Amino acid sequence: MTVDTTAPASAPATSADLPPSNGTRVTNWAANYIDERTSISGLVKELGRKIFPDHWSFMLGEVALYSFVVILLSGTFLTFFFQPSMAVVTYDGSYAPLKGIQMSAAMSSTLNISFDIRGGLLLRQVHHWAALLFVASIGLHMLRIYFTGAFRKPREINWVIGFVLFVLALAEGFTGYSLPDDLLSGNGLRIIDGMVKGIPVVGTWISYLLFGGNFPGEAIVGRLYSLHILLLPAILVAALGAHMVLLIVNKHTQFAGPGRTEGNVVGSPIMPVFAAKAGGFFFIIFGVVMLTASFVTINPIWVYGPYDPSPVSAGTQPDWYIGFADGALRLIPHGWEFMLGPYTVSMNILVPVVGLVVFLAVVAAYPFFEAWVTGDKREHHIADRPRNAPTRTAIGAAGVTFYAVLWTAASSDLLATHFKLTIEGVITFLQVSVFVAPVIAYLVTKRICIALQKKDREIALHGFESGRIVRLPGGEYVEVHEQLSDYERWKLVSFDDHAPVMLRPNKDGKITVPARLRARASNWFFEDRIVPVSLTEIEASHGDQLTQEQVAVESR
Amino acid sequence: MAKSASPSTRKARSSGRRSPLASVSLLVIGLLATGGAYALFTTSATAATSSQVSSMVSDGQKLFSSNCASCHGLAAQGSGVAPSLVGVGAASVDFQVGTGRMPGAASGPQLEKKPVQFTDAQVAALATYVATLGPGPSIPSSAYLTGKGEVATGAELFRVNCAMCHNVAGAGGALTEGKYAPPLAGSSAKHIYEAMVTGPQNMPVFNDLNITPEDKANIISYLKYLDKNPSPGGLDLGNLGPVSEGLFVWIFALGSVIAITVWLTAKSN
Repeated sequence: MTVDTTAPASAPATSADLPPSNGTRVTNWAANYIDERTSISGLVKELGRKIFPDHWSFMLGEVALYSFVVILLSGTFLTFFFQPSMAVVTYDGSYAPLKGIQMSAAMSSTLNISFDIRGGLLLRQVHHWAALLFVASIGLHMLRIYFTGAFRKPREINWVIGFVLFVLALAEGFTGYSLPDDLLSGNGLRIIDGMVKGIPVVGTWISYLLFGGNFPGEAIVGRLYSLHILLLPAILVAALGAHMVLLIVNKHTQFAGPGRTEGNVVGSPIMPVFAAKAGGFFFIIFGVVMLTASFVTINPIWVYGPYDPSPVSAGTQPDWYIGFADGALRLIPHGWEFMLGPYTVSMNILVPVVGLVVFLAVVAAYPFFEAWVTGDKREHHIADRPRNAPTRTAIGAAGVTFYAVLWTAASSDLLATHFKLTIEGVITFLQVSVFVAPVIAYLVTKRICIALQKKDREIALHGFESGRIVRLPGGEYVEVHEQLSDYERWKLVSFDDHAPVMLRPNKDGKITVPARLRARASNWFFEDRIVPVSLTEIEASHGDQLTQEQVAVESR
Repeated sequence: MAKSASPSTRKARSSGRRSPLASVSLLVIGLLATGGAYALFTTSATAATSSQVSSMVSDGQKLFSSNCASCHGLAAQGSGVAPSLVGVGAASVDFQVGTGRMPGAASGPQLEKKPVQFTDAQVAALATYVATLGPGPSIPSSAYLTGKGEVATGAELFRVNCAMCHNVAGAGGALTEGKYAPPLAGSSAKHIYEAMVTGPQNMPVFNDLNITPEDKANIISYLKYLDKNPSPGGLDLGNLGPVSEGLFVWIFALGSVIAITVWLTAKSN
């Protein structure tokens, strides 16, 4: 079912001979009517023949897109009933344990959505679950892009746009989490307030500006609401548009395989196969979110109660995607803040904040770094198998581990209670792990990648051990090796090979510092490497092993 | 008045019921009877109760000697490993023994809740015995344990006073050095009340000036409300907040989505 770009779908010749049915006539008229006024046929022809390769991991971005659509739909419903106001009201809805309690209009209206508006609770849960799925699928999509090297030229810009989308998704998530003005979200805002106030000199000013006075003030929910439903989604949709346009311009990557080259894309065209599949897939994602929201509670604000600066519940955490930031704060040992004259310098906040910004900056800049190291100016449309870029894969594994340790730290208290540990022990272990675990992950991953490459090389050259032992007429025993088919072998042998850059003097006869750095980085990347099997090696190897046929011939 | 009554009987009457002494003597008899009866009944009641109490005390003492004294000392004076129980009150014993925390299974950061080791009568005997050692909080009146108080007030008090350790939904939380605030779901009203007045282990004491008995009853009512009413949104995932939600979305939602993508792109055989 793979279709090449060069093969246009041509209508069967017989259909032209038959008189058109009524339905066809209407469709034709409508299509003509629109085309004559918009000249859209050119676009449809161009887009409709875009090819999308088939691999499960290529659908993760789609998951993000479709959950975003679910978020837009459910979010619109919520705006009909939500009141972004911090005016104090007395709750008088159906939930007994909050009846008569004073709270903000935001909280009260969210409770009304949950208990007094038909379908409100379901759609609130749909909105929140879809948001969690949205960020999770973006994260997984980014990991897929990273580990297959799909960020290489010409896709570096799209990587950066995707990164911006990820940050926007985090911002959308956090502003949304803060809107109901319940206890949990208020505590989250208090942490943000603390982080802002930790910035030297301007921090306190920014905090007063943001909250319209002292925390919590009466302005923040309204302001976050404007960001959440207006500004952030507008930027998000624009960036999403750019992301999709670049996806179409750059074409989709594909895994190596027979007939797949840097110059073509093998897969299904948008019209009709991919569009039909994608449309179906949207409803599947909608269904998964809907089922989850129907059966599983999320963010039970009625339990948290209205925000009040005094209580902080045990087990207060942000939503999972902000967890890594919360974890970074939790891992800082106490006593890092100090006084400089009359001012407190909050190193306990500055260090994690700067650390996280650097981490995110490294993520955004990685494609440019790798391009500099390899010096590779070619376009790449064949995705790498992770094992075939051991150093990149190992760096990725180290990054994932670093993130995972911070993420784990955000649930340190729950780890302590549920696994019967001491919270201090958990924190100390994670404080060490945040430095040690990425190094271990790097080393182990790199070795695993190289080992897998060796295995691939072995299989490409000598085939599989079939387990069949044959005695030859001369009395010699041999195990029959089954050779791969050429199709299968192609997948194992076609990948890019980079040798470390040789450090050479430039035309003035000097070795510059950047050149020295690049040579060192290149050495780090490609010192340990397995060279892909060449054609001569394959041909030479055929003599070594007895193939099935040879054994058959010889034993006759 | 009966008209048939003869003058002679009328006379007899005036010398009997109508005699000036009659009311006086009636009064005397009445007083004597009431007083006597009162004296009789009260003395017998006191005697019965005190004999019952003294038997409970002696039972409790025996139980104490064989089950508790090895740590708390024969006179409940305490030791290096266990506190003195003089003045902890019946409520404390009823809570610790009635929830199975005492006798402790092993020393550790905190005594674990476990199956109760004694019958209700034995727990009561132990509590009565320990209560005789010194004045302390007694077992709460059942009037505060009905769970019919003001739920909204109770919820607010719970958030302000209890949620920082026990979590807003009473799901429990971590304390320092391996200690923890236990989950409250399913705890009996009596034990919750006793925990508040006695402050077991790491819990602070909430005495009647801190939180009045009525407000304690309100808090209990809120916790009972949570017990009786499952989450309106569906499975509550242990009420652990965003951590369990995040795990759920990664494992189940994203897991099933990935399974679907693999299925959709599978090559037909």
